[in-house]
Amino acid sequence: MQKNNYMEVTFPSLSVNEGFARVCVAAFCLQLNPSVDEINDIKTAVSEAVTNCVVHAYPKTSGGLINLKCETQGQMLIITVSDNGVGIKDIEKAREPFYTTKPSEERSGMGFAVMESFMDKVEVEKNDNKGTKVILYKRISRLQEQVKNA
Amino acid sequence: MQIKSKVYNNTLYVLLCGELDEHSATHTRITLDNVFAGGDFNQIIIDLSELEFMDSTGIGVLIGRYKKMKDRQIPIYICNPSKQAEKIFKMTGLYDIMPKIV
Repeated sequence: MQKNNYMEVTFPSLSVNEGFARVCVAAFCLQLNPSVDEINDIKTAVSEAVTNCVVHAYPKTSGGLINLKCETQGQMLIITVSDNGVGIKDIEKAREPFYTTKPSEERSGMGFAVMESFMDKVEVEKNDNKGTKVILYKRISRLQEQVKNA
Repeated sequence: MQIKSKVYNNTLYVLLCGELDEHSATHTRITLDNVFAGGDFNQIIIDLSELEFMDSTGIGVLIGRYKKMKDRQIPIYICNPSKQAEKIFKMTGLYDIMPKIV
């Protein structure tokens, strides 16, 4: 039985770090032997969560920090993306497909809908101090190992 | 993001190479608008076979270009999306306005 593992990284709220966050999580989750599809699903969901921070969390300041945590619990991958920004006024509304507070910027309003569709479970909470915390869950099937052992 | 394009038989072929996210969205928007502005074509085919990553930011970029081309009555078609891009297109109904071609 593999020991549970975790990692944590903090970076400035810059769009260039979206790609970094995706690759970082993908590299961490390799220990669970995910399929290529599972890795790509996770990368997409992480990108949505980090983009929300970059676009919405720190509108009036020159930027803040984004904290990214990943942990494994057995075959469950748990990813937490949090910021100390302005927070989401109405979380329920924000999770509705096509809802966006910035329609003039060609935004689809599909961020949370995509996270929900690509992960097993998505939780959105107010962060302890201020800002938002998004928790993404995905159980990795370990298909490759099953094939190896077959 | 690198964007390659050519006009052949009245069709503008556009190949998106790289990653389409918030970071590359502005560059992608501007480049596509420049490419779409010129040339002699009556339809556009956007090939995603070289697109390594796309999230929902891509939907906003594509719908924005659709709106501009709709005024000129030039249809846009999508081909070769990744599995993840396909899932996002189906969720958002993008294929209703930019049909997928094989």
